[in-house]
Amino acid sequence: MQDANTGKIVGVNGNMLTVEFDTSVTQNEVAYALLGEHRLKSEVIRVRGNRADLQVFEDTRGLKVGDRVEFTGQLLSVELGPGLLTQVYDGLQNPLNDLAEKSGFFLQRGVYLPALNYERKWSFTPLAKVGDRISGGDWLGWVPEGIFKHYIMAPFGLGGAWEVVKAAPAGDYLISDVMFQLKNEKGELRDVTMVQQWPVKIAINAYREKLLPEETLITQMRSIDTFFPVAVGGTFCTPGPFGAGKTVLQHALSQFAEADIVIIAACGERAGEVVEILREFPHLSDPRTGKTLMDRSIIICNTSSMPVAAREASVYTAVTLAEYYREMGLKCLLLADSTSRWAQALREMSGRLEEIPGEEAFPAYLESLIAGFYERAGLVRLNNGETGSVTIGGSVSPAGGNFEEPVTQSTLKVVGAFLGLSRERSDARRYPAIHPLDSWSKYLSVAAPEKLDFARNLLRRGNEVNQMMKVIGEEGTHINDFVIYLKSEFLDYVYLQQNTFDKVDGACSKERQIYVFDKVSAILRAKFDFDDKDQAHRYFLELRQMFIDWNYAEFESEEFNRLEQAVDEKLKEHTHA
Amino acid sequence: MRKVYHRIIQIAGIVITVEADDVAYGDLAEVTTSRGTSLAQVIRLQDSKVFLQVFAGSRGISTNDQVRFLGHPMRVSSSENLLGRIFTGSGRPRDHRPMLEDQLVEIGGPSVNPARRIVPKNMIRTGIPMIDVFNTLVESQKLPIFSVAGEPYNQLLARIAMQAEVDVIILGGMGLKHDDYLFFRNTLDEHGALSRSVMFVHTASDPVVECLLVPDMCLAVAEKYALDGKRVLVLLTDMTNFADAMKEIAITMEQIPSNRGYPGDLYSQLASRYEKAVDFEGAGSITILAVTTMPGDDVTHPIPDNTGYITEGQFYLRNGRIEPFGSLSRLKQQVNSDTRSDHRTIMDTMIRFYADYKETLEKQSMGFQMSSWDDKLLKYGELFETRMMDLSVNIPLEEALDLGWKTMKECFDRTESGIKTDLLNQYWPKD
Ligand SMILES: Nc1ncnc2c1ncn2[C@@H]1O[C@H](COP(=O)(O)OP(=O)(O)OP(=O)(O)O)[C@@H](O)[C@H]1O
Ligand SMILES: [Mg+2]
Repeated sequence: MQDANTGKIVGVNGNMLTVEFDTSVTQNEVAYALLGEHRLKSEVIRVRGNRADLQVFEDTRGLKVGDRVEFTGQLLSVELGPGLLTQVYDGLQNPLNDLAEKSGFFLQRGVYLPALNYERKWSFTPLAKVGDRISGGDWLGWVPEGIFKHYIMAPFGLGGAWEVVKAAPAGDYLISDVMFQLKNEKGELRDVTMVQQWPVKIAINAYREKLLPEETLITQMRSIDTFFPVAVGGTFCTPGPFGAGKTVLQHALSQFAEADIVIIAACGERAGEVVEILREFPHLSDPRTGKTLMDRSIIICNTSSMPVAAREASVYTAVTLAEYYREMGLKCLLLADSTSRWAQALREMSGRLEEIPGEEAFPAYLESLIAGFYERAGLVRLNNGETGSVTIGGSVSPAGGNFEEPVTQSTLKVVGAFLGLSRERSDARRYPAIHPLDSWSKYLSVAAPEKLDFARNLLRRGNEVNQMMKVIGEEGTHINDFVIYLKSEFLDYVYLQQNTFDKVDGACSKERQIYVFDKVSAILRAKFDFDDKDQAHRYFLELRQMFIDWNYAEFESEEFNRLEQAVDEKLKEHTHA
Repeated sequence: MRKVYHRIIQIAGIVITVEADDVAYGDLAEVTTSRGTSLAQVIRLQDSKVFLQVFAGSRGISTNDQVRFLGHPMRVSSSENLLGRIFTGSGRPRDHRPMLEDQLVEIGGPSVNPARRIVPKNMIRTGIPMIDVFNTLVESQKLPIFSVAGEPYNQLLARIAMQAEVDVIILGGMGLKHDDYLFFRNTLDEHGALSRSVMFVHTASDPVVECLLVPDMCLAVAEKYALDGKRVLVLLTDMTNFADAMKEIAITMEQIPSNRGYPGDLYSQLASRYEKAVDFEGAGSITILAVTTMPGDDVTHPIPDNTGYITEGQFYLRNGRIEPFGSLSRLKQQVNSDTRSDHRTIMDTMIRFYADYKETLEKQSMGFQMSSWDDKLLKYGELFETRMMDLSVNIPLEEALDLGWKTMKECFDRTESGIKTDLLNQYWPKD
């Protein structure tokens, strides 16, 4: 046993080890490099002859040729069970709070702690009975986890038909307690606890079918839900140059999107940004549940100075957790910031493996990996007829802010919505900086199509007029064109722009969007008569001011009604009856 | 005594190879040649071969020179005795005073557990309105000054350092000109700050590997001081030289470049340094201000580009002024809600008007007729530049905010401001 799965280091190059072994190893199995009392977690990423290349998820300093490596035979996996919510993990599912308790300020290498609490008892209610025939993913019972019913499911990898031969009665149990015993046709027995392991790079597919994402995922962001919607079970990306607002946007989505579970993968970005979430979420209440936002969230945090290989794993860890909760019939939203850092981790490792590089030295298989990742999103019908979903939104950080680069381009090929953030808009502080002309979405908007088309068209024409004015000047522009321009600016300021940090304006409900968009549409369609451009300009500034005040008023409050009336009055000034 | 090796089997670029066993990855060795002794670091192990990056470069090394492994990775003294001292990138004294070897710490240590970080909360006042009002600097922030050769970025760095209330200043010079080095030393001296400063200086004539060590040396010391409760300000100039040193070394080592010759891990390398900026709960903090000169004044160049993706904003220094566009302090919202209730509004509104002014300028330069609105903007823009942007202005935040209201009032009607009515009622200057 001992000899069967150990090897010996013969090379160290950055975080890549070359290991000589005698018997056999499995591609992508986990191994540990032994450094004194430390065990450094690694993954087999290439095998040639009796040598395997391993990526180490830790700093390799201090390793020597001849040091021992233990192979585990297990693929890189996560633990799935009650207690995942509210947790903060690194890319390998190490609980960061527990690590902090153990090691203090710094992340000491080689310290791994269980992802779930094995001492806590959960109050279990069985659903399956002895004699029931079941297959992988079936709901066998549940425990309450916060506001959710956390279903204890038959192991996803369970092949074939099984029968329940033993079932625990309702009561309080540890996650490691055996709750069920299953038997298959061959008479093989299998114990089921509340925890199961699942390899992160393999999609959980214990469901009946994948459905077409149709329902709009309400994010409460006007420019998204109305103009570039995201679907429940769909995919979207937010590429943008640095500082354009990708992270702020994702944080807003993580707070306001109407999903059951939110999984945040902070992948190779700043630690400070995660800290904001860690400190805020436990205090922010989720208006839909009354609980805190933390109660519906899991944070995977492998920030830029944490080991690069673990960064690569982190997005898979995150999506696996999302799939797990999807199997319980929940709407999960996975936000990954930034997928470019994941791609860069792949590039670094590919370089060490001396593979033939593709464009910008990214590995040639980059595109298929990106496609494979987004493919794990989806709306599914479970075996029991319920639906569950994983929606994936990834930010992309293109080099030089130029979207013509491999990661952005590969991502655009596979996602259903493209929310392109532009430097031009963020410099002008027009937040969210989602470009209204370049972005697109294949999903369904909350607004009526004809109103949307009209508004889109107006934005386009307003932009044309603006471009033209830069050449021929304002005085050469016809007043009608000028008003089109003013209208498009109005639409931008009062509807597309939204103050993320304002308590009211930051989250705009679906009902409010529909209501306000109707009003905006009416204004966009209205015929105004102005004496001159100065008058028109001043009028729209005033109208804009009133509208912005209106946006800041609580929906359907007295203040809201009063400001709406003021807007209506204002409208009468220059419109034809 | 550790074993000494006398057979160097390969010399290529700055890397030499010896056959040796029981050598740990990352360890240091001493290479002794007829010209002297240099440190070298193990950068790769392959079977019995050990690849060493020689800090002083490989010039003049002969195959029978002596290599002695030290059995530990790069370390730096972190004692109080460093204060007032000046070292090279590899930690040798530059000031003809003794070598320091007490309280050695490894450089490039592990990163802080994100769960132990706290949300930064202290504003660093600089007296510069473009910073204090528009892009507030915050304790534990990491922020580069994007600039080009010829701009007074080192002066700006020094001015902020002198004005900021910190306990320790650590200066890391990379490819620093001798004049600039003297400038920093004299400025620190004039302000009586030398005795609470440490300098690690690599000049253009020093070996390139030592340039790479500078940030790690600075930050290792900074970390130790911060853990001891000190508020440390680390100044790094110029990080472009650091990145170029990485590129040079990567190319000599035949690594496949990703973008304009820079190695694919440029982002991770820069991030592992910048991410050392931290506020330790119950102890001190590290704030990092760096200079990044943009090759060709191009912000999409891989160095400023990768930097921007890592840091918490940036200051653009151009024509001797901090540009309002592009300059950004991402931590400002952590502190600018507690300064004064009009701070954020002044910040947003004034910048928006300045952007409009720029557009008007463009129209004017094309000979278009100016509307009355344009005239207002023109007046505003000029006032904004002299009152807010000029780097000679040195006023506290509150005064700058008042000046902001005054300026807007001089140029616009209140309804044109786009400001929420309740704030207007409170702050719009009365006649
Ligand atoms: N919706 C917004 N409202 C107000 N300010 C914003 C908004 N979005 C972004 N900002 C400003 O821009 C800064 C940068 O935003 P953010 O961190 O989201 O950029 P990013 O695109 O994630 O950049 P990077 O790629 O470097 O991580 C914020 O700190 C904030 O000052
Ligand atoms: Mg970001």
